[in-house]
Amino acid sequence: MILQYLDFEKPIIDLENRLEQLRRVDDGTDKNLREEIAKLDKKIGKIRKEVFSNLTRWQITQLARHPNRPYMLDYVNLCFKTFLEIHGDRAFRDDPPVVSGFAELEGERVLIIGQQKGRNTTEKIRRNFGMANPEGYRKALRVMKLAEKFRLPVITFIDTPGAFPGIGAEERGQSEAIARNLLEMARLKTPILVVVIGEGGSGGALALGVGDEILMMEYAIYSVISPEGCASILWRDTARAETAAEMMKITAVDLKKFGVVDRIIPEPLGGAHRDHKAAADVLKIAMVESLSSLRGLPIPQLLDRRYAKYRDIGLLKRKAGSTG
Amino acid sequence: MAIRLFRRKEEGEKRIKIPEGMWIKCDACLEIIYKPEVERNLNVCPKCNYHFRIPAMERIRSATDEGTFQEFGDDLESVDMLTFTDTKKYTDRLKESKKKTGRKEAVITGTAKINGIDIVLSVLDFEFLGGSMGCVVGEKVAASAEVARELARPLLIFSASGGARMQEGTLSLMQMAKTSAALARLSDDHLPFISVLTDPTTGGVAASFAMLGDIIISEPGALIGFAGPRVIEQTIKQKLPEGFQRAEFLLEHGMIDMIVERTRLKPTLTQILRFLARTSPQGS
Repeated sequence: MILQYLDFEKPIIDLENRLEQLRRVDDGTDKNLREEIAKLDKKIGKIRKEVFSNLTRWQITQLARHPNRPYMLDYVNLCFKTFLEIHGDRAFRDDPPVVSGFAELEGERVLIIGQQKGRNTTEKIRRNFGMANPEGYRKALRVMKLAEKFRLPVITFIDTPGAFPGIGAEERGQSEAIARNLLEMARLKTPILVVVIGEGGSGGALALGVGDEILMMEYAIYSVISPEGCASILWRDTARAETAAEMMKITAVDLKKFGVVDRIIPEPLGGAHRDHKAAADVLKIAMVESLSSLRGLPIPQLLDRRYAKYRDIGLLKRKAGSTG
Repeated sequence: MAIRLFRRKEEGEKRIKIPEGMWIKCDACLEIIYKPEVERNLNVCPKCNYHFRIPAMERIRSATDEGTFQEFGDDLESVDMLTFTDTKKYTDRLKESKKKTGRKEAVITGTAKINGIDIVLSVLDFEFLGGSMGCVVGEKVAASAEVARELARPLLIFSASGGARMQEGTLSLMQMAKTSAALARLSDDHLPFISVLTDPTTGGVAASFAMLGDIIISEPGALIGFAGPRVIEQTIKQKLPEGFQRAEFLLEHGMIDMIVERTRLKPTLTQILRFLARTSPQGS
């Protein structure tokens, strides 16, 4: 994988490259060199901390979409022992942006479903840049029903710019497919754990996102519309995406406050893309914890809890003295 | 999710509001028509059958028995939790919409009768911020499903919306889950939910409660879809086929049960309600 970097990562990467060079010539004999390496190492740590403790929402958006960011299948490989992919919606076709299958998490069987973006151009096209068609959502629903039937928990991974806006998608009922999943997930008789790993793009993300517990990676985003889409509608200018990202408050920290997300999963310093393994290790522990607590709940209680969670979500004011 | 909507006419041409006076021009066929005649015809053009967009209260009047509507949930108002400002403040947009419509929010909920049949209904109002679904709309629609369940009555929802309300961010997205969850419970109780789609029904409203009806009815010519036509055109870089995302297109593709003209809606609803009510566990 070619390491790519964002503008605000550049000063850090430059220093890291310099450090790498110094380390390469270091044979342990030059005291001055050792000192310089130590100094540079400290400086990098300081700058990285500075940059990453003051990230803007737009910078986090860029991290969430980072080309080196771990995708669903990276987490699958790193967190689960076995994975057997299953395909198709049994009605139209298999939709590659949605991946599903059998997996084992610390010895426990789970069904996993998620959105997969492509790493290289061929793969990106095959995966439709992570944008599902209705049949992708219908495949997901079929797998959820399978999980319910065999009393297995579901883990979903969210990483999509949105549901695909295309002619075929509309013809085959994109809205119905999303809506159906929302309804069925609300009453699915098995625990559902949701992890927002990258981009939570609108209804296309939510169609895999109704569950008992919502985890969100530290530098993931989750929004009602992409910052670009919002800017294009409200300012008629996609260049205002940065402002839109700020306005809509789409980061894990924001959404934890609003009760959209239950738990933030910390990422390694510099972001998950700098160390896939470290990111996956932390996520794995969180998934194991969450699943074991959900498994302890009887199904009726689980469903009441899930209903209450969504029923309560939102902020509004109730005027006293009115009818109703 | 929330998308911008265009009328069927060329861009830039302003939507003709029905002006004061006796004669108006039809949005679709551009014919000059006699206003009282249009009104008698429930705001459908007598020349070309174009269905004008109508405010929520008018819809309630046209579809339910006179004097039977009783509103609930009108004590709820939106809050600006994001302190959202684009070209205007969200709070100002809310104020303007309230002034324009005389309503507090983009949906009206209540109970009513249709030819003597008790129902619960939610009616979205496109005039209020494009009928967009924020927390109040989500709450009221979900509450109407719960009331229907408590009273063991059928639920009827009229949709007219551009989608989720951007100004309330991810919380408005979550209203899609909230409303769908409430409908799941209604469905578990074997109570009918009839969804009536009017022009336009798109984005997060289409992708949640609007498409979840046991029976889905649309008005003729209504724009219905997930993504807006312009977004699709920009994505696929192709012109869209004639009639794309119109009610007739959805009927052809198996996405809705029927297209019913406004003047025929009440009798059709009555027929459906009478048929389904027989299997409803009334009071059980």
